[in-house]
Amino acid sequence: MVYNEADLKRGEMIFNIGPQHPSTHGVLRLETITDGEVVVDVIPHLGYLHRCFEKHAESMPFNQTIPYVDRMDYVAAMNNEHAYVMGVEKMLEIGPLPKRVEYIRVLVAELNRIASHFVAIGTYGMDIGAFTPFLWVMRDREHIMRLLEWVSGARMLYNYLWVGGLYYDLPVGFEDRCREFSQYLKPKLGYLEEVLIDNKIFIDRTAKIGTLPLDLAINYGVTGPMLRGSGLKFDLRRVDGYSVYPELEFDVPIGEGKMGETGDCWDRTWVRMQECRESLKIIDQCLTKLNGDHKRTREFDPRAFVPKKIRPKKQDFYVRAENPKGELGFFFRTDGKSDIPVRCKARACSFSNLSVLRELSKGVMISDLIAIIGSLDLVMGEVDR
Amino acid sequence: MTFPEIKSILENQFPDFSIEEDLDARPNAVLVKPDNIIAILSFLRNHEEFYFDSLSCVTGIDNGPEVGSMEIIYNLYSISFDLHLMVKVFIARSKPEISTVSNLWRTADWHEREIYDLLGVSFEGHPDLRRILLPADWEGFPLRKDYQEQEKYHGVTVKYEESKPSDN
Repeated sequence: MVYNEADLKRGEMIFNIGPQHPSTHGVLRLETITDGEVVVDVIPHLGYLHRCFEKHAESMPFNQTIPYVDRMDYVAAMNNEHAYVMGVEKMLEIGPLPKRVEYIRVLVAELNRIASHFVAIGTYGMDIGAFTPFLWVMRDREHIMRLLEWVSGARMLYNYLWVGGLYYDLPVGFEDRCREFSQYLKPKLGYLEEVLIDNKIFIDRTAKIGTLPLDLAINYGVTGPMLRGSGLKFDLRRVDGYSVYPELEFDVPIGEGKMGETGDCWDRTWVRMQECRESLKIIDQCLTKLNGDHKRTREFDPRAFVPKKIRPKKQDFYVRAENPKGELGFFFRTDGKSDIPVRCKARACSFSNLSVLRELSKGVMISDLIAIIGSLDLVMGEVDR
Repeated sequence: MTFPEIKSILENQFPDFSIEEDLDARPNAVLVKPDNIIAILSFLRNHEEFYFDSLSCVTGIDNGPEVGSMEIIYNLYSISFDLHLMVKVFIARSKPEISTVSNLWRTADWHEREIYDLLGVSFEGHPDLRRILLPADWEGFPLRKDYQEQEKYHGVTVKYEESKPSDN
């Protein structure tokens, strides 16, 4: 507790939301000071899901840390792995990797990005009273989970991207099934947008709520769809142009304040919705490449560049990549003597995105506070690490 | 703008400060003294040629009791000019104190709390320096190299021991 009962003004009340509450999207406790229905202050208390990622990473070789990285943002594990293995590869100066490896990485990462945005949009709808879209997105997300299970053997925590390559090539027939799925999903995104995003009740609940001005967003280190929702065209896939993203066609949607103000909850959700479409475009292009220029061959070995011993030279290194929730960064310090990092710090996107909550929710109603938390798209596994 | 240019602008602006460089670090790093950190970082943030408006990451590192130093590493990024810069500060392990930068970038607020939590560095002038990830009554700072787990936490044994295979 930061507040004492003695500090409160007349009529104010300390009100705890969470840690066990569905609308906090995990184990997050919000110490809320309310005056009637109005929120005076919110203090997030984290750490309920702290699993000592950084301490663990200091005690095991780089490749053994990948499963831990999966468990940070557990609804977008492929994206986490992509950032992590890319960082280690850059430290080792491996590469360029075979194009097929890179395209498979981007393909699975974008599939996972859609799954992650589906969770965000679906649970957000449920938070503010729309039940049907949640069932729809969970149904469609399940198809993605099945596809990724077919690829890697696991439903959510894959350990599929390895330092220097992949666990296996795609299973035979995957490209066709994935193409089928993308055809299936396209109209479904339209329905979802019609039923949820353009719904009058949804707009009433989210437009002009929790407006995040751009300067504040940058100052708080907010990234990802939240930053783009505030109107800045900033996507690390474009800015840094890592992996094969420069070869792919996709747009970066930004919030324009169509239903109210730029940077409100509606804009953030709309950006996520549009990103699903963009990801689908990327998936289609990857599939074309994987069936065309970079076809499956007998000689292709996804582990050809996997190093026997991962021993980067002595250096400090910061790598970042665009996760569904924002900029995921890893800071490594290596000593050049062992295959264990001296320090591995994860800069989690949800962590920085959550820190802006206090600023957003001063003076709003309690029901709007729930709408604001949902629009942040938190995964507590990543906040607490 | 390249790293040597940024460094020479810094050296011209602050001739009295000793500013070193680390070219092995990627992005390249400048090493500065802890007393000068606020002056240098606010200059970097507000200078019209770099405008480092975003603080990506703040990392704390403990170099262990033999070396006797700790490091705070700031990863700056300029959205306007697409520039990266790493700023490193060495502080004494016996007196781990440094000024906060949370008034320059609000994102430093929670990152500094995390460093305080895990490494025990105290940030002077921080508005709300509490533990953030660990429980408030936890003892010790886990990412220090000489960290020893406490024996019991509210009656629960903390130290993990390999359980022996039982007979049944």
